[in-house]
Amino acid sequence: MANTLFDKIWDKHVVQYVEDGPQQLYIDRLYCHEVTSPQAFAGMRARGLKCFRPDHIYCMPDHNTPTHDQDKPIEDPVSKAQVDALAKNAADFGLTHFGMMDSKNGIIHVVGPERGLSLPGMTIVCGDSHTSTHGAVGAVAFGIGTSEVEMVMASQCILQQKPKSMRINIEGELGKGVTAKDVALYLMSQLTTSGATGYFVEYAGSVVRNLSMEGRLTLCNLSIEMGARGGFIAPDEVTFAYLKGREYAPKGEDWDKAVAYWKTLKSGDDAVFDKELTFQAADIEPRITYGTNPGMGIGITEAVPSIDTIPEAGRASYLKSLDYMGFQPGEKLLGKPVDYVFLGACTNGRIEDFRAFASIAKGRKKAAHVVAWLVPGSWMVADQIKAEGLDKILEDAGFELRQPGCSACLAMNDDKIPAGKLAVSTSNRNFEGRQGPGARTVLASPLVAAAAAVTGVITDPRTLM
Amino acid sequence: MKQKFDIITSTCVPLPLENVDTDQIIPARFLKATTREESFFGENLFRDWRYHADGTLNKDFVLNDPTYGGEILVAGKNFGSGSSREHAAWAIAGYGFRVVISSFFADIHKNNELNNFVLPVVVSEDFLSELFASIKADPKMLVEVDLPNQTVTNKATGRSERFEINGYKKYCLMNALDDIDFLLENKDKIEAWEQQHA
Repeated sequence: MANTLFDKIWDKHVVQYVEDGPQQLYIDRLYCHEVTSPQAFAGMRARGLKCFRPDHIYCMPDHNTPTHDQDKPIEDPVSKAQVDALAKNAADFGLTHFGMMDSKNGIIHVVGPERGLSLPGMTIVCGDSHTSTHGAVGAVAFGIGTSEVEMVMASQCILQQKPKSMRINIEGELGKGVTAKDVALYLMSQLTTSGATGYFVEYAGSVVRNLSMEGRLTLCNLSIEMGARGGFIAPDEVTFAYLKGREYAPKGEDWDKAVAYWKTLKSGDDAVFDKELTFQAADIEPRITYGTNPGMGIGITEAVPSIDTIPEAGRASYLKSLDYMGFQPGEKLLGKPVDYVFLGACTNGRIEDFRAFASIAKGRKKAAHVVAWLVPGSWMVADQIKAEGLDKILEDAGFELRQPGCSACLAMNDDKIPAGKLAVSTSNRNFEGRQGPGARTVLASPLVAAAAAVTGVITDPRTLM
Repeated sequence: MKQKFDIITSTCVPLPLENVDTDQIIPARFLKATTREESFFGENLFRDWRYHADGTLNKDFVLNDPTYGGEILVAGKNFGSGSSREHAAWAIAGYGFRVVISSFFADIHKNNELNNFVLPVVVSEDFLSELFASIKADPKMLVEVDLPNQTVTNKATGRSERFEINGYKKYCLMNALDDIDFLLENKDKIEAWEQQHA
């Protein structure tokens, strides 16, 4: 018996072991957004099926939603059709739907935890690779394809090969200006974007224990960028304090019972992982990416690797990548002019991220040539920004807050970075064209993004703290 | 689309790049369709590599090179990383590929291919680099992918390798059955699980 937390949650949810095949896993929560669900609903209709457990399914649009004038119809007719289709599908199949302008709307991976819909010990899926985010509350959460979304709608189950388990320990104390985002970017550069493929990752160690829930959500969010199907953190007092009183979290006696169970959710002292890695916080500085996958990252004061450090088979891809970014092997990126700054996404669209950004912006001014898009992850985050007075600080510094959604992370709405422009972005992917055709993306933390926004160039945020 | 899979012998399209992510396979702006028209997704497979920004054909990209064609795509390691979008598998199937050969696939994309009756074949790094060399030397060379026997053969060199696939999924592919067919037959087990964990 391996006795890891991953085994405990996964094995409990196995309905049956298919002979010489996958496992049939029961799913506690299915989230649906407008992009990866319409073909699943169409498949259900074609088969004449109803959702097997409609009360386990929550729907909300986030990818296409504009970040302004959400009270008016969406201008792009194709985006509008997709958002409207989700509302109609949810109504037809009897599912809960948080539409645009609903106070519960926002990015699905921000809303799930903040409403208490994602809870410890659950199995959670969504047609979206960043579903790993929900692992931060101590759940087994992973992204799936649309055929698999249809499977869950039809049966509340999914057929999956059980992934292997990996524990990543991060020990020590994070230095000044180093955030959960930097930890994740560091892990990706160490493991590459495929280093954790086939694994589910449990994050542990003193750094992880000391992270806030927002930081944990950021860390787990980026598990997929190392190739891991999911990443999670055993629930503890931080988790319970975060969830208590949230709208869909258990209440009263049910809460006490739930917490008693959640406290049992940890890997045994004798747990055996298929792989275990340990990293030191002291090795991590604020980080940026220089290439076109999230594993291509460096400490902000470091130089882009020279070509002779790249294995032969990877050189063509490496040079293609640098050519796209307009960077040279061996050069430092500090001082490079920045055109756009994006704060938001399921990675860094939470209250703590806006606090961090505001801490740098306070008393300074946005660089005149920089276009900055500040997009809260949900209406709840937007309201909290106002309640804490962060909106005033940001406004005084020349920044404008937009309305919630995925926005420029993948540019399915109007928030597209123009071709050739360099963006410092708190999102999760720097793939070619991810933020708009020809857009060049540098991934970074909210602190690095804010430092770039006020100086107009790539800047070490520690010099402004 | 559901179709029975057996033995495929075909020429190959080589894409010797590593870490090809699903944003490249099908860019996000083509994900707005609400139906599963594979021809639409197929037309936009590798859109931003196939076409220049001004909409003209990029003649340097392999899909636009008449030298290469066939039902087998051969790609560098870590194919299909990133976004879970199944549209990437629809684009590959819609373009006409039935097999993708690589030394490593990202998890979610691999499942998406299987769920769309496209077979991901994992080969050794060595086999892959030899295959790229064979295709370069003779674009008309053939590769045989034999699902019943789980073998892939480079017909130019005669080199053959066994590939892994679980017995259940193999049965599904060979008989054009999908997972939903299976799950719907097992509802009693699901209800029993729910009662046990209520």
